[in-house]
Amino acid sequence: MPPFPVTRHSIVAAIRSERTEVRRSAFDALVQAYWKPVFKYVRLKWHASPDEAADLTQAFFLRAFEKDFFASFDPARARFRTFLRTCLDRFVANARQAEGRLKRGGGAIVVPIDLPEAERELQLQARNAVTDFDAFFHREWLRSLFATAAAELCDACAARGRPQRFAMFEQYDLAADEGERPSYGELARRFGVSATDVTNELAAARREFRRLVLAALRDQCATDEEFAAESRALGA
Amino acid sequence: MISEAALDRLAGMLRAPDLSGTRYEIVAELGRGGMGIVYLARDTALDREIALKIVDRGAAGTRSDSLDALAHEARILARLEHPGIVPVHDFGELPDGRVYYAMKRVRGERFDRWLAAGRDLANSLTVFLRICDAVAFAHAHAVVHRDLKPENVMIGEFGEVLVLDWGIARTANREPNNQNREPKNQSREPKNQNREPKNQNQEPKNQNQEPKNQNQEPKNQNQEPKNQNQEPENQNPEPRTPNPEPIVGTPAYMSPEQRAGAAVDHRADIYALGVMLDALGGPASVAAIAAKARADDPAGRYQSVQELAADVQRFLSGRRVGAHREPLVDRVQRIYRRHRVPILLVLTYLAARVLLLWIGGI
Repeated sequence: MPPFPVTRHSIVAAIRSERTEVRRSAFDALVQAYWKPVFKYVRLKWHASPDEAADLTQAFFLRAFEKDFFASFDPARARFRTFLRTCLDRFVANARQAEGRLKRGGGAIVVPIDLPEAERELQLQARNAVTDFDAFFHREWLRSLFATAAAELCDACAARGRPQRFAMFEQYDLAADEGERPSYGELARRFGVSATDVTNELAAARREFRRLVLAALRDQCATDEEFAAESRALGA
Repeated sequence: MISEAALDRLAGMLRAPDLSGTRYEIVAELGRGGMGIVYLARDTALDREIALKIVDRGAAGTRSDSLDALAHEARILARLEHPGIVPVHDFGELPDGRVYYAMKRVRGERFDRWLAAGRDLANSLTVFLRICDAVAFAHAHAVVHRDLKPENVMIGEFGEVLVLDWGIARTANREPNNQNREPKNQSREPKNQNREPKNQNQEPKNQNQEPKNQNQEPKNQNQEPKNQNQEPENQNPEPRTPNPEPIVGTPAYMSPEQRAGAAVDHRADIYALGVMLDALGGPASVAAIAAKARADDPAGRYQSVQELAADVQRFLSGRRVGAHREPLVDRVQRIYRRHRVPILLVLTYLAARVLLLWIGGI
């Protein structure tokens, strides 16, 4: 059995496609994965107001799509995530210089910024503690990656008629803090099953979650080598 | 939103090995080191907890080195079937290519922490003798541990004593010509009996590193045993031809030859046992045994663990230890402690006779 999923056409590769519909579809997926890390990064690193950060995030992805920012990405030189952040810094710096002339787009790319949600998350995080913005961006990207995988796991469990599996995973593995985490015994009582069933359901949910994270990660990597490196960095 | 705690938890979950296709499920991480990670796992087939040691992907060295090292450790443990050595249950490869071995989960307390609770000397020495038993058994099978220290010994819930972490153990070379040769100076006091080893007080680089659990990790051992299928080895082999090798072990417990990267034999373990014994404290005779065990020159040490253990046993039973030339007063005190009852009886009898003679003379 190969250690990693087999190669398929990743988002990063599709972004360079000459076919507009392929590029647009890939960009939508990219935006979905990165809008929140980008928004939060701009808010904190560039001290942007919520509205300005939302505008900059929207404009950044729009400009990246129109100007083919990511076409010059060379996976041999850096991770895509690092490359994207470098592009973002350059873009925001230029935008600040050309104040007030942010292009808000003509429908080519729609960034689904949920401002209240993103702001609420920022309030919950220790904003003042951020000193390493590279690490911050990485962590936000990871949070986004896990959130996407968790949402897909929820859908997959529902589709297989096992909503209870995700519910257990949510209550045990996605619990906001350690104090909220029920024991296996408590979970068994809540769901009216045995502790062994809880063990089995959680094991199955975790296996699926891991698979979904790796699949999402594979989508966001340009090459097998980058994917292998990212997987190792995650420890997966 | 995925909270900070959940984010860390999920990241940790991803770091956990993929055990699909095996009979094991991870319960928790017990500890990690330079080469592998030890997990508390459940054997679903037998419904019992075990310890699972798995090569760490992020470990230094090549993947091949890591796999070889863990396989080597598993094979060493598998051939050492002794109550004082953790048994290996299983060995295999995970879907992601990492190798693992399953071993008994040891519940109990690490020897250093057990000692820190304050133990009387006799109790500590009894445990020390059990350690000697396990190490002597390994030596009889031509295996040198090379990283003996209190952190690598567990005292089980029922008093069992287990020597752990055979990750850098190696198989000694066989020298048939010397098999039963006794060391020439076996009963001689070593010249440097009371001398501290040169680096005894030197601060080792990793002396204060606390392993997280009972199944502490190996440092680095990339060499395959050269003579793995040998029969039990002689107890007193002569030092082998110098053969430079990687310096591995824990500095405070490493013999001078091990620190120098020279070839080591079972006497490197005897040195480490001497350092451990020294830390137990005790009277001059125990200190003398420890000093002899950790003599700088391997030829000045006990030439087998059995000899060392016999001297400790002699101390425990109140007899004269071979490593200590005791002053007359100490000898009298020792003999008195050992034979207190008959001596008191004789003295009482003599006193009574003197008293009767005195009364009769009045």
